[in-house]
Amino acid sequence: MYFSVENLSISFGGLNAVSNLTFHVDENEIVSLIGPNGAGKTTTFNAICGFLKQMTGNVSMKGESIVGLAPNAIAKRGITRTFQKTNIFPNVTVMDCILMGGHRKVKESFIDIIFRTKSFQNSEKELWEKSEALLEFLGLEARRDVLAKNLSYGERRLLEIAIGLAVEPDFILLDEPVAGMNQSESDEVMSLISEVRRRGLTVLLVEHNMDVVMNISDRIVVLDHGKKIFEGCPAQVQEDENVLEAYLGKGFIDAQG
Amino acid sequence: MNKTGKKVGYLVLGVALVLAPFIIQDKYFIHLLIEAGLFYMLVAGLNLITGYWGQLTLGHTAFVGLGAYTTAILNAKFNATLPMTLGASIIICLIVSILFGLLVLRLRGPYFVIVSLCFAEMLAIVATNWVDLTNGPMGIPGIETSVISLPGLGELAIESKMGFYYFMLIIVAAMSYIIYRLLHSVIGRASVALRENEILSESVGISAFTYGMIIFVTASIFAGVGGCFYAHYYTYVNPELFGFTYTITMLIMLVIGGKGTFIGPMLGCVVFTILPEMLRGAEYLRDPVLGVILIMVAMFFPHGMGGAIKSIGIKFQNREGR
Repeated sequence: MYFSVENLSISFGGLNAVSNLTFHVDENEIVSLIGPNGAGKTTTFNAICGFLKQMTGNVSMKGESIVGLAPNAIAKRGITRTFQKTNIFPNVTVMDCILMGGHRKVKESFIDIIFRTKSFQNSEKELWEKSEALLEFLGLEARRDVLAKNLSYGERRLLEIAIGLAVEPDFILLDEPVAGMNQSESDEVMSLISEVRRRGLTVLLVEHNMDVVMNISDRIVVLDHGKKIFEGCPAQVQEDENVLEAYLGKGFIDAQG
Repeated sequence: MNKTGKKVGYLVLGVALVLAPFIIQDKYFIHLLIEAGLFYMLVAGLNLITGYWGQLTLGHTAFVGLGAYTTAILNAKFNATLPMTLGASIIICLIVSILFGLLVLRLRGPYFVIVSLCFAEMLAIVATNWVDLTNGPMGIPGIETSVISLPGLGELAIESKMGFYYFMLIIVAAMSYIIYRLLHSVIGRASVALRENEILSESVGISAFTYGMIIFVTASIFAGVGGCFYAHYYTYVNPELFGFTYTITMLIMLVIGGKGTFIGPMLGCVVFTILPEMLRGAEYLRDPVLGVILIMVAMFFPHGMGGAIKSIGIKFQNREGR
């Protein structure tokens, strides 16, 4: 199993934010996690990436459990995420943001740095080249030297994804990447996610925009009140009664039926 | 400012500093420059912690005092020469900062500020009360002239103002070089990332603890070297070295100079060592005038002098680009 979550339960005091959640993601797959607000999607993300400690159950990547690791250790194993509320490095340039994102693959010792050895120079050169290529890939090269906080909202969200990709992860978790974007911007992000997958990444997506979810997901996991109520392909999910009920209420189904 | 322009700028600055004692014969002015250099040794580290890593520390003097007392005690009791005292100061600050870091680098914001301040105060109390070792509030006077024995070249005595001036220049150059290299490497990027957004940094694989530790230890060693230089130059140390006055002076130099900029601490140290002296003529108006200057700089250049230079540079570059 490439990535799996088994019997994940998270409770805050008396509130069960997530209970007994089990799902898996295969290599190079796009899986969407959807559900009404408060269903526990972001909480699940936080638990997977090590930002939440009060959880039970198991999360494993390539057969190895990653429970209890610090977020940076999880990132070092190739799992990274973006955030629902835009999270960037505000007071540095776009290029610097990407360079910072590339941290994981940079190996420079203190001695290398002080004496500016050949291996240091190569490592810096490689990082800069990769970062330039990534900027170009995302269409941000014209904004290279702009402070990240001065970007437009759509560009900032794009930059956030760029920082995630700069990590060169194997598995990326995107938390509502197109929230608040207009149609053309969200189309752009959608094709970006498909392209990212084509390049070999695995994606777990949380998203409210159903156009995006239905178009690019291989599989969909639906949560409601912290429980998994459905898992299947996009075509099935639109037919499922439990899902319709969770989103639209029981009355809607009765009226239809 | 493009890259070559910057390089030429630093080269001119370097040459000017090397030649300064020959052009300016005034001993007192040389003394002021040495003092500014001494402050740079302390503020440079503070800039790493506060400017780049983004944590405010009020305990930087702890390591200055540690370096100074190590030097004073070794020199007074064991007749240690400068290379030995310098090495010992570095090692002691390395060990203490790692131990201190292991305990408190999980703290952030106001908690870190308070604990760092307490640490400095604690060392001040130790220095005041451990009379056998530190001679208590009297301090340790008469620290010997510093002699460096160069293999094959005989002995080099750093006793004159000139000697100290060049010694200071070497340390300052070495420190700025190290800082420059660190900033343009994975360490500098990681620490700025932590300042900007610690949660995002963690999620891209930057360990807040590891990089915080590297920055903190480097800065503490710089402070220790500064302390060692202080002890040799003034030949006297007392517990006031740990005091809050020094902390405030250092912070003013840093903030007005421009925290988080490379050139800022240099400007801050030079201006705030020399400016108060130039204002001596104003007698009782000196402190108010200094205060007004401080407020003006803080109002009109919120990122300090270094920040102002940077933004002028960017404007200049944009105009060139058009």
